[in-house]
Amino acid sequence: MENLWQNHKMSLIALAAVIVIALSTLIVVPETQQAVIIRTGEPIAVVNKFKPNQPYGKTGAGVWWRIPFFDRVEYIDKRVLSLDMQPQQVLSTDQLRLNVDAYARYRIIDPVKMVQTAGTVDNVESQLAPILSSVVRQELGRRSFASLLTAERGTTMQNIRKLLDAQAREYGAQVIDVRIKRADLPDGTPLESAFARMRTARQQEAATIRAQGQKNAQIIRADADAQASKIYAEAYNKDPQFYDFYRAMQSYDTTFSSDGGSSQIILSPDNEYLRQFRGR
Amino acid sequence: MERTGGLIERIALAMAGKRSPWGKGPSSGDEDNSGGETPPPSGEAPKGPRNPWLPGGGDGDDGRKRRSASIEDIFRHRGPEGPRRGPGGGFRLPDAPGGRGWFPLAIGAIAILWLAVTTTHQIGPKEEGIVTTFGKYSSTLHPGLNWTLPWPIQHVDVENVSEFRIEQIPEGSGQRLMLTGDQNLVDLSYVVRWNIKDLKQFRFQLLNPEDAVKEVAEAAMRSSVAEESLDSIFSGAGRADTEMAVRTRMQQVLDAYRSGIAVQGVQIKKTDPPSEVEDAFKDVSAAQQEAQGYINNAEAVAQQVLARAQGDATSFDKVYAQYKLAPEVTRRRMYYETMERVLRKTDKVVVEAPGVTSYLPLPEIKRRAEQASDLGAGAETSQGQ
Repeated sequence: MENLWQNHKMSLIALAAVIVIALSTLIVVPETQQAVIIRTGEPIAVVNKFKPNQPYGKTGAGVWWRIPFFDRVEYIDKRVLSLDMQPQQVLSTDQLRLNVDAYARYRIIDPVKMVQTAGTVDNVESQLAPILSSVVRQELGRRSFASLLTAERGTTMQNIRKLLDAQAREYGAQVIDVRIKRADLPDGTPLESAFARMRTARQQEAATIRAQGQKNAQIIRADADAQASKIYAEAYNKDPQFYDFYRAMQSYDTTFSSDGGSSQIILSPDNEYLRQFRGR
Repeated sequence: MERTGGLIERIALAMAGKRSPWGKGPSSGDEDNSGGETPPPSGEAPKGPRNPWLPGGGDGDDGRKRRSASIEDIFRHRGPEGPRRGPGGGFRLPDAPGGRGWFPLAIGAIAILWLAVTTTHQIGPKEEGIVTTFGKYSSTLHPGLNWTLPWPIQHVDVENVSEFRIEQIPEGSGQRLMLTGDQNLVDLSYVVRWNIKDLKQFRFQLLNPEDAVKEVAEAAMRSSVAEESLDSIFSGAGRADTEMAVRTRMQQVLDAYRSGIAVQGVQIKKTDPPSEVEDAFKDVSAAQQEAQGYINNAEAVAQQVLARAQGDATSFDKVYAQYKLAPEVTRRRMYYETMERVLRKTDKVVVEAPGVTSYLPLPEIKRRAEQASDLGAGAETSQGQ
């Protein structure tokens, strides 16, 4: 080892120097990053710049070089980034309020422009976020409350995306998609009145159901009565006179012979019942 | 070679202090010269098992006997220059075979270990690995044992791709209200199952793919719910359609992002009314029960009425059939039988002579009425007449 050092001192030092130079010259650009090489304050090249539909492995990622001390490398994310909006209160055309939470997905497509205008991705986000809010408010404010909720969202979102995209191009960014994550009624009166409306709707439903139930019950009973009358009529109509007699007998039975009642009957000897009483 | 050995000793010494706590170093240690000190040849057989921590070739007063160092031991040999005075003491590693130092072997072992760890990659059955060469994508590893170039050149990123991941939205058990198409609110929670269908895209395309799944799911679910009425969501009739619509919508968006994510399924777990109006919703189901109750009661009454009618009609028919056979006799018989029953239980006054006003025994009636109410049954008293 000692000999190695003594014999190859110069070459070892040279090797070390080469390694140091290589480390300060070569840069590694991962697939997820774009590298802007800035020579004395001026961007001169972009490594691994985003191009649509480029298969991975064929992009410019990998090892690249720079001149040490003169070139500065700024890494910019190549991936699709997310821009989150602060929940925003939107007033619809029919004066109803809605809390809207949206997000935008964007990508830096022109890193040089981005470095020149915003500098960092964080700056881009902080500049685009208020634009997103105002665009969302402005576009959604043109719709009625009902259409905010339903399918019309599709075209609205396209408009918002276009408007935001036009602004984002200034920063070298491309807006891919804007979507409403949540749309809620604001706390307080709007929410309370929605609850009240739901409650009354349910109360009405409950009352209707009860009334319907009573109606059906009545109909069932009436049907049964009608059918019973029919049965009676069919049976008794065979001999109305006998029915009269038969029913009268039953009626006397229930009227007079029931327990507990004390009735007095004054009979005339002419009574039919007492016909034989006289022994005639 | 030997010089390097001395260097190692020096390093060991710097760590252990001048003296090994387990034994006394050789007293022959003069500064700087001792770099060339040769260890005892391995042929010199030690007595008993050799302790690697004992100083080799120590010829001090303690010999090979081992004892704990006392404070005096430690300070006695400390010169005015302090512990760095000489490298002669301290412990030494036993020599490698062939009389060479351990250093190259250690380097070799580290190199082999490094190669072994960074070139072989075992990919589990559900996993895939992304190989990047200096940051550039080069290939995808599939399950099994795979080889790559060692670490600084190639890097492998292993991810579980086929296992379904489950996102529960909302997290926790809090109430999360959604607006339905008829501007009602529903407390809805659901589960999204997804996995990775393209690991390259999953790794390189989106900043936070997991967050993207959640956000896209939330947006898709809310827009689907906003297309339906509250009743259809509660009834569960359109639930399968909603789940399917959300899944398709999510997949479209995620594909548009080229995220490499496959949505495997969306399940709505719970649809509840907001807790603020839950009572009203419960009242509706109570009303449904009540309405059913009304109908049940009415049906019971109807059955009674009908059965009664049928019974009456049938008994009339039977009697009438008999009556038809002997009308006069039957009629008489029925008359007398009824009269018997009727008159047996009543007070009877027969007024025989015409012109005689009947006498109503009012005090008697009163007395009996009292009696009857006392006894609770007037039947017997009325029979006594």
